[in-house]
Amino acid sequence: MILHISWIDWLIIALYFAFVLGIGVYLKRFTGTGEDFFLAGRRNSSWVAGLAFLSANMGALELLGMTGNTFKYGMFVAHFYWVGAIPAMLFLAIYMMPFYYSSKIHSVPGYLKLRFDEKTRVLNAIAFAFMTLLMSGINLYAMALVLRTFLGWHWDVSMWVSAVTVAGYVALGGLLSAIFTEIVQFFLIWFGLFLVTILGVVEIGGWHQVFSRLEPAMNALWSTSANAGSNGMHVTWMGIILGLGFVLSFGYWTTDFLVVQRAFSSKDLRSARMTPIVASFFKMALPFIVIFAGLIALILSRDPNAHFSLLQEGGRINYDSALPMLIARYYPQGLIGLGVTALLAGFMAGQAGNISAFNTVWTYDIYKSVINKNASDSHYVWMGRVATIAGVVISVGTAYWAKAAPSIMDYMQAIFSWVNAPLFATMLLGMFIVWITPSGAFWGLLAGMGSSFSMFLAVKLGWISATLLTLSDNASDMAANFWRAWWAWLICFIVTIVVSLFTKRKPRDELIGLIKGLTTIEKEKNLPFYKKPEAMAVIVIVIFVLLNIYFW
Amino acid sequence: MVDKKMLSIWFFVGLMLTILGVIITSTGVYYIFYPQTRTALHELNPNLWWGLIILVAGIIFFVFSIIHYRSEN
Repeated sequence: MILHISWIDWLIIALYFAFVLGIGVYLKRFTGTGEDFFLAGRRNSSWVAGLAFLSANMGALELLGMTGNTFKYGMFVAHFYWVGAIPAMLFLAIYMMPFYYSSKIHSVPGYLKLRFDEKTRVLNAIAFAFMTLLMSGINLYAMALVLRTFLGWHWDVSMWVSAVTVAGYVALGGLLSAIFTEIVQFFLIWFGLFLVTILGVVEIGGWHQVFSRLEPAMNALWSTSANAGSNGMHVTWMGIILGLGFVLSFGYWTTDFLVVQRAFSSKDLRSARMTPIVASFFKMALPFIVIFAGLIALILSRDPNAHFSLLQEGGRINYDSALPMLIARYYPQGLIGLGVTALLAGFMAGQAGNISAFNTVWTYDIYKSVINKNASDSHYVWMGRVATIAGVVISVGTAYWAKAAPSIMDYMQAIFSWVNAPLFATMLLGMFIVWITPSGAFWGLLAGMGSSFSMFLAVKLGWISATLLTLSDNASDMAANFWRAWWAWLICFIVTIVVSLFTKRKPRDELIGLIKGLTTIEKEKNLPFYKKPEAMAVIVIVIFVLLNIYFW
Repeated sequence: MVDKKMLSIWFFVGLMLTILGVIITSTGVYYIFYPQTRTALHELNPNLWWGLIILVAGIIFFVFSIIHYRSEN
């Protein structure tokens, strides 16, 4: 146990739990229809949807993991926040959101049904539902692990208390509850964790000291990317751009319903398009918490006078302990409660995000699509609430499974490249090319998902070397992950095109409103140019380029 | 869309930050009289000034959301 909690810290933690449950109870009266429960009534401004969009992605696992990764791999981890996110978020806003939002769908699989057919929708819905429940369970397991390691809390108690709380407020208020608590979480994370960076920079002696005390392999963003051996992550610029910047990033940000659902809750098309753009400003700022905290921890651990080190477990460094160790170093009582609440909020909001996406996909894309097509709206809301409770119970089961067999964590790390990377190829072709057929999409998606899974297993079981995938002599797990995503995307892309050439197309009139070229999007003609999403996107690009040059 | 008027999310954010700001600033005031020496940079009393920043942010969100709510009713 490294964080000692006093009564004042407990008070802050208890207030947070009371607060999120209170929000759920308050919002229940506003969630009478399916539109209210699953899409938060489509009434959100771009600020609300944008912050929720970012928060759904900003779980505590990520904050701990990315700070730990920075300690291990250095500044390269910032690529996950910049080139690995911003171009994809802008692409979603400018090019894809008009088709998503205008078709008035409830979910991403819902788009696949309209653009292709039922089987492609169900294939993606089942993969997505499976992924969200697993991720939710893994998130729960990781949370219990963190709370036990750093606070000495009892395993079962921390898992059940947070699971019941999440089930309570999502079942009460649906997506609206999840979005409200995600925004609360956003502020808790900034106010709870940014102080670590501020105090760390003060202790080390200033911004420039942080960089000058590290070697180029750890403090540079691009200048050491020509050769995989010269940087801490062992990946070249090509791996970063193709694997992370293109496939993984576009696959996640443009097709993962967990985040895109937040944009669907916007009140109009402009707000929906502004959602990822608002989120991108804060996404670009996140390295100032996680990357800096990781670099600060690295510098302190190398300084014998600082008396700072990460936790060791069985002779191995626990990299995820970097952020909690910094909290323990700098935070007195009171602030510890705030820091712990920020992490708890991150875990719980991450789980709530998965559960709220799961209940929508289950209800609309599996239950309504396959099991019960003609029920009333109130029945589907009831089913959404049942799916929420069932989803949380299954997550708890997954968490116990992960506890019994911790090696499944490794498999879960790769799950995004099974589901999202090929789906991005399907979406890209489906949204922009008219002659892509339903059969092409289905077989392409299946081939992409299957090949990604096979590549992962083949490397894991030692049948092939990871260097075969990464096309270099040096392959870290991270590099293998980037490259596997790229190959899965490419296989889905090629199979979809080839099968489409020989199979029956959908009639053009069924595709109006779903594809570029057949859709007239009512854009914001009367708005001044500086309020248009395109103008905001240009500002984001300028900041993005400046950050990359500054930290080059 | 329901016709009942909903309090905005900014009201809840403001309320939470105000309460947290009061608690953390209070611990900072306590540390002026009973300084702790357990943490690095304890001499800066981060609870006090960080608590005040949270409190100010909370009050801004809280007040503006109340004004907005009343004007819409």
